[in-house]
Amino acid sequence: MSTPPIDREPIESYEVTGKRTKELTRRQIKKARITGIVMFALAAIVMFFLAPAAAGTSTFGLSFADETIQLPPLSVPSQGSLWVLAMVLGFLGATQFFRGFQSRTTVILGIAFAVFVFSIMVWATAGQEFSLISMLVSTIARATPIALGALSGILCERSGVVNIGIEGMLLGGAFTGVVMGSLLGGWVGLLAATLTGGVLALLLAVLAVNFRVDQIIIGVVINILVLGLTSFLTAQVLVKNPQFNDAPIFQAIKIPILGDIPIVGPMFFDQTIIVYGMFILIASVTFLLFRTRWGLRTRSVGENPKAADSLGIKVAKVRYLAVIYGGMVGGFAGAWFTLGTVGRFDEGMTGGRGFIGLAAMIVGGWNPIGAFFAALIFGFSDSLQQKFAVIETPIPGEFLAMAPYLVTIIIVAGLVGRARPPAADGQPYEKE
Amino acid sequence: MTTTQIPSTDSPEPNNSRSFMQQLTTGTDWKSAALIPALAVLTALIIGVLIIMLTGSSFGDAMNAYWALLQGSVGSLKAISETLTAATPLILAGLSVAIAFRAGLFNIGTEGQLLMGGMFAVWAGFTFIGLPFYVHIPLALLAGVVGGAIWGFIPGFLKAKTGAHEVITTIMLNYIALRLVDFLLKTEIFQREGRNDPVSKTVEASAQLPLLLGWISPGLRVHLGLIIAVAAAAFIHWLLFRTTTGFEFRAVGANPKAAKYAGMSVTKTYVLVMVIGGALAGLAGAGQVLGVLDRATPGFSSGIGFDAIAVALLGRSNPWGVVAAAVLFGGLSAGGQQMQVSANVGIDLISVIQALIIIFVAAPALISAIYRLKAPAASTQISKGWGS
Repeated sequence: MSTPPIDREPIESYEVTGKRTKELTRRQIKKARITGIVMFALAAIVMFFLAPAAAGTSTFGLSFADETIQLPPLSVPSQGSLWVLAMVLGFLGATQFFRGFQSRTTVILGIAFAVFVFSIMVWATAGQEFSLISMLVSTIARATPIALGALSGILCERSGVVNIGIEGMLLGGAFTGVVMGSLLGGWVGLLAATLTGGVLALLLAVLAVNFRVDQIIIGVVINILVLGLTSFLTAQVLVKNPQFNDAPIFQAIKIPILGDIPIVGPMFFDQTIIVYGMFILIASVTFLLFRTRWGLRTRSVGENPKAADSLGIKVAKVRYLAVIYGGMVGGFAGAWFTLGTVGRFDEGMTGGRGFIGLAAMIVGGWNPIGAFFAALIFGFSDSLQQKFAVIETPIPGEFLAMAPYLVTIIIVAGLVGRARPPAADGQPYEKE
Repeated sequence: MTTTQIPSTDSPEPNNSRSFMQQLTTGTDWKSAALIPALAVLTALIIGVLIIMLTGSSFGDAMNAYWALLQGSVGSLKAISETLTAATPLILAGLSVAIAFRAGLFNIGTEGQLLMGGMFAVWAGFTFIGLPFYVHIPLALLAGVVGGAIWGFIPGFLKAKTGAHEVITTIMLNYIALRLVDFLLKTEIFQREGRNDPVSKTVEASAQLPLLLGWISPGLRVHLGLIIAVAAAAFIHWLLFRTTTGFEFRAVGANPKAAKYAGMSVTKTYVLVMVIGGALAGLAGAGQVLGVLDRATPGFSSGIGFDAIAVALLGRSNPWGVVAAAVLFGGLSAGGQQMQVSANVGIDLISVIQALIIIFVAAPALISAIYRLKAPAASTQISKGWGS
C-alpha cells in the first residue's frame, strides 16, 4: 500500500471532525426530544390511567410507634395530588421538548422518574394507609448487600480485573458466616464470611493475574462453584446438623440522639452493624481510592498498566491486593444475608443480588458514592415490591421485580449517559 | 502455528483475541483438543472425591457414589436414554454460546433465551388444536426459535447500536425472562384451568416430540429433539466453516477492527450472531417443553443455560466438540440423579465438578503444571473488558 500524500491528511481529519460535531448536535437535539416525549408519556399515564382510578386519600406513615418524636402521618387526597404530579411531569416534558435542559437532562429525567414512582405510590395506596418509614428503613437495609457488592466490584475493576463473581462471593460469605456464627458466635461468623470472600478473590487473582484466564469466565466459574459447593454442603451437612445452621442475628444498634431524629434516625442511625459497616466502607474506600497513594497506584494500574509498570509500580501485586480487598468486602456483604437478617442459610439465598451489585457499580460509574446511590434505587425498588405485595396493588409484583434489571439495561445502553469503565478493565497484563 | 502465546503489551487487544482464535484454529492439535479436556475432567473428578470425603464420608463411599454416577449415565439402556435426554438441550444451548464465542461475544443470556423460546413453544403447543403432528410440531418448534431469537436480538441490537456490553445486558435479560415467565404463568392465556399455582396448560399431543425409543419401552425418554440438536450442530459447523457469513463471524471474533477495515459490517454480525444464538437457545427451550416436560413451570430452564457455557468452553466452541461435551455433561447430570438416590451424595456435587472442569479447561496451564506437560497452551481470552 502506498502512503497517501502528506498534505491530504489534515483536510480529511478536518472534514471528519466537522461532520462529527454537526452530527452530535443533531443527535443531542433528537435525544432531548425523545426524553421530552418520555416525560410526556409518564405525565399521560399519571393523568389518564392513575388519576381516574384513585379515590379517597393516601396516608403515609412517617414514624414508628415506639419513636420518641412522633410525626403525624402524611395524608393527601389521592386524585388531587395525582393531577398536580401529572402537571409537574407535563411541565418538565414540555420544557425538555422545546428548550432542553442540556447538561442537566439526566438529573431532570431522574426527578421525573422519581415523581412518576411517587405517583404510582399515591395511586396504589389510595384509600389506604402505608408505612412509608418502614419502607425507607428497609430500602437502606436492602441496599446494603447491593452497595457492598458494588464496592467489591469497584475495588477489583479499578485495578483492571473484571469481577462478575460477586454473586458467588456473597453466597460464600453467607454460608461460612452462618456456619462459623452458629459454632462460635456472630463476630467470628462475620470474620469468617469476610475471609471466605478473600479466598474466593484469591482464586480470581491467581487465575486472572498469573494464568491470564479470561476474567469473565473465572467470574462465571466462581458463581457456579460456590452455588454448587454451598448447596452440596447444605444438603449433606447442614440438613443433618441443624445446629450448624442457626446463627445469632446482629440486632439493630440505635445511636443516641441521632437515632431519635424523625425519619432520618430510623433510616441511618438505628441499623445493624453490617449496615454501619457499609457506610464506613463506602466512605473509606472513596477516600482511599481518590486521596491516597495506594488509590492512585490502583487506579493507574486499572487505566494503563504499562505506564504504571514503567514508573516502577508492581502491577501484579497491586492487582492481587485490590482483588483480595474486593473479595473481602464481598464476603462481608454475604454475611448480611444470614447474620444480618434470618440467621440461617438456604440454597442460592442471594438470589442475584451480586449481579444487581454489579449493575449498581456500572450505573454508579465505578465510583463508590455513585454505586451507593444506585444501590439505594435498587434497594428502593426491592422494598417497594415487598410492600406492594402486602397491600395488594393492581401492579403484578413481577414487573416491579423486573425494574432494576430494566433500569440497568437502559443505563448501560447509554440512554441516560454512558458509564466509562477503567481503560484496562478485563485485560491481563504481562511484563515484557 | 504453535499454541504458546507471547503476549505483547504494545497492542493487548488484537493479541488477546488472536490467542483465542489461535486456540480455536489449532483444533487439530490433539493435545489441546482432547488431552487437556480429558485431564481436566479427570482432575475435577478427583477433587470431587476429596469434597465427598470432606463431608465425613469414607473413600469407599465416594467410590460407591462414582459407581452410581457411572451406572446412572451409561449403565443401562434407560441410563443412556436419560444421558441423551439431558444432553439434547445442552447441545443446542451449548451451540448458542459457542457461536457467540466465535464472533467474540459472551452470550450469558442463553438461560433467558431458552425460557422465552420455551414459553413461545408451549403457547403454540396448547393453542392450536386439531392440527396434524407434521404441521403442529414444526410450528411449535418455530415458535420456540422465534421466542429465543427475539430475546437474543435485544442484546445484539444494543451492542451494535449503543455498545452496551452483552454480558451485562444478557444477565439482566435472564432475570427479566425469569420474572416474565412467573408473570405469564399466572395469566389466563397460560395458566392451566382450575389451578392456582403457576403452571401452564399441557401441550397438545400433536405437538409433543415423538420418543425415539418409545417402541422398546415408553420409559425411555430420549426424543426427536436429539436428532434436531445433532442436525443443528452440523448446520452450525457448515455455517461457521463453509460459508462467507461464518467466515465473517470468525473474522469479527478474531479482530473486529480488522474485520471492519476489510469491509465487513461488525454491527450486522453482532446482531445476526445473537439472533442465531438466541434461536438455538429457544430451540433448546422448545425441545424441553415439547419433548420432556409437556408444560412450562417457573424456572423450567433449570440452569441449562449456565451449563451451556461450560459445554461451549469444554467443546472449544467447535460444534462437534460441543456435542461431545454436552453428552458428557448430560451423563454427569443423569448419573448425578442416580448418585443422589442410591449413594446419598447430593446432585449439587455435579455443578462443583462442572465448575472445576471449566477452570481447568480455561486455564490449561494449570493442567500442564499438574501433569508436567510441555508447552502449556494459551489461556482462553474472549472478552476484552467492558469497554469493547
